Amino acid sequence: MFNFKHEWIETNVGLLLVLTMLAISIGGLVEIAPLFFIKDTVEKVEGVHPYSPLEQRGRDIFQREGCYLCHSQMIRPFRDEALRYGHYSLAAESQYDHPFQWGSKRTGPDLARVGKKYSNEWQVAHLNNPKSMVPQSVMPNYPWLLKTELDYSDMTDRMMALRAVGVPYSLNKEEYESNVKRFGAEEAKMLNIADARKNLIAQAQENNYDGDNSSITEMDALVAYLQVLGTMVDFRKYDDDEFVKYR
Amino acid sequence: MAATEISSSEQYNFDIVKKFSIMAVVWGLVGMSVGVWIASELAWPFLNFDIPYITFGRLRPVHTSSVIFGFGGSALFATSYYIVQRTCQARLISDGMATFTFWGWQAAIMLGGISYMLGFSQSREYAEMEWPLDILIEIVWVTYLAVFVGTIMRRKQPHIYVANWFFLAFILATALLHTFNNLAVPVSLFSMKSYSLFAGTQDAMTQWWYGHNAVGFFLTAAFLGMMYYFVPKQAGRPIFSYRLSIIHFWALGFLYMWVGAHHLHWTALPDWTSTLAATFSIMLLLPSWGGMINGIMTLSGAWDKLRTDPIMRFLIVALSFYGMSTFEGPLMALKDVNALSHYTDWTVGHVHSGALGWVAMITFGSLYHMIPKLWNTEMWSKKMIEVHFWFATIGALLYITAMWISGITQGLMWRAFDQYGNLQYSFVESVAAMHPFYAMRAIGGMFFVTGMLLMFINVMMTVRQANAATAKVTAAHRAKMAGMASA
Repeated sequence: MFNFKHEWIETNVGLLLVLTMLAISIGGLVEIAPLFFIKDTVEKVEGVHPYSPLEQRGRDIFQREGCYLCHSQMIRPFRDEALRYGHYSLAAESQYDHPFQWGSKRTGPDLARVGKKYSNEWQVAHLNNPKSMVPQSVMPNYPWLLKTELDYSDMTDRMMALRAVGVPYSLNKEEYESNVKRFGAEEAKMLNIADARKNLIAQAQENNYDGDNSSITEMDALVAYLQVLGTMVDFRKYDDDEFVKYR
Repeated sequence: MAATEISSSEQYNFDIVKKFSIMAVVWGLVGMSVGVWIASELAWPFLNFDIPYITFGRLRPVHTSSVIFGFGGSALFATSYYIVQRTCQARLISDGMATFTFWGWQAAIMLGGISYMLGFSQSREYAEMEWPLDILIEIVWVTYLAVFVGTIMRRKQPHIYVANWFFLAFILATALLHTFNNLAVPVSLFSMKSYSLFAGTQDAMTQWWYGHNAVGFFLTAAFLGMMYYFVPKQAGRPIFSYRLSIIHFWALGFLYMWVGAHHLHWTALPDWTSTLAATFSIMLLLPSWGGMINGIMTLSGAWDKLRTDPIMRFLIVALSFYGMSTFEGPLMALKDVNALSHYTDWTVGHVHSGALGWVAMITFGSLYHMIPKLWNTEMWSKKMIEVHFWFATIGALLYITAMWISGITQGLMWRAFDQYGNLQYSFVESVAAMHPFYAMRAIGGMFFVTGMLLMFINVMMTVRQANAATAKVTAAHRAKMAGMASA
């Protein structure tokens, strides 16, 4: 056994650098790398699909305004949260979220399952002036969302970037066919990059989220996003303890 | 002869240390003022004024970036450049590279703040800067590493002083974290917008591995480096235990990197990861307290200095807050406690007991020690340092207390059931209950900023007085030379 002296490290900056790097690398390697390889990290569940172009633009606005700083999107498996927000969040439900929006603070309520809980009219009125719907709210007003036309000129670039990081938006026939198998024909059409603008306009016109069909506003996009949150998985199809084994 | 003596300000590059010190004070004032503003927005929401650029969601990253990276970062650049030169008895290897780190760093924070207000954000906490700024930071950081390590290689002493180990660990860890947490694909070369490489669970884990180690290495290890130089200097005594510094250095560096997932307890992150993180969080208490004990015990035998020396008081109170928050941290990392504390203001209070109590206080003490030495003068007003200390302490205590009460109240209200098993409170009732504590927090912040303003004035006056003295000496010197020439 050789006689170790800490002095060796203290007098050799190269050694200090290498050993420090080693010491600080292990934790991350052990905790992060396996998450990409252990299959059970993300549950197998039906219904989760990537966002439509309009919803994705809404998500961009959600990020732009820093909504995640006051609203989490991650329901924990507690009785009070089940009553207040619904079924606890699954990893699968954010598998296409680049970046994740789980949040860390609830100055306002969790939004993981806010979709379809309120009408479009409520959402629009609330975003425009939260106090008009919830008098004690401390949320800022977002009046510019209704007034600003949605910029979707670079929608295809955005989808291309998302495709590059792994979201299955389709670029050719083959990818489209595979999406049909995975998500069904109706959904697969929404994920086709070539039809992005057409799909975006159609969704906005059809649902008329902001109550004014003369133009597509940022409000249309944000409400479209909020209305899809947490609605993709039909929990009636699964047993109560189906997802426990993944935890 | 005086002319042949090389003064320390010529032997070392103090110019860069001065620049960073001034900017630390400036960013401190800016960042903490923005903090008070957004705290007030939560207490009195009309302050959002329906202006997109100043709503809470866009200003919050302006606050965090300018205090963590502007104030804290500039203070770390300043003190690390100062300490590495003095303890190695060597000048920085390159003035040009050091100057580049100054302008690059300041530009990144300035542009970051503007970009958040304009709505560009990666929405990753404490890493909101979009990809072009991330690349700028990466370049600045590698330059910083080169300057720091290069200077150590030039040292006149065989031993590398302990403060430099901590700074080195901080520089390496920050490079590692920054690189991996910001992996993203831009929408196009001319677009500020990007999408992160990872999604969902993996993305969350990467972000909180970054997020917690930004605390662990940027806001802890590096400031311990500061502590290891300025506490012994100000106390006029050697570090309490050399052995303890070795043990707690390696333990801290190794353990910290495991604990990030305690920010994701009870989420969709797999249980094994969060359990590992909780376990390591408990173990982390030991090296954290090792550092605190080593710092505080350095003062043993000179406790009377606490009565007379406000700088010493800043340093020791900082270590006390460090000890308190590193006890509170492992407590909150326990899953049962976290079930209550997560998503509430308790977390915000915990962060600020670290940020105001530890990071800011140790920085104030260090800057008050270093600035007179840099400008070869005395602080303009000692009394003002004393007053600053009390404003800072009262402000921090008000802040933390308010957040403890509001956090625990929120946690309890959310999980309260009535006699029929229904939820007792609607969410907005918990929001309304927070109002007095949000007001109290804002007032605590105002105290803290007032102290910061006093420091700003004190530092500016010190520099002015030093410059005036230098001008006088130079003028006298010139007159003398002129007299000699004419003779």
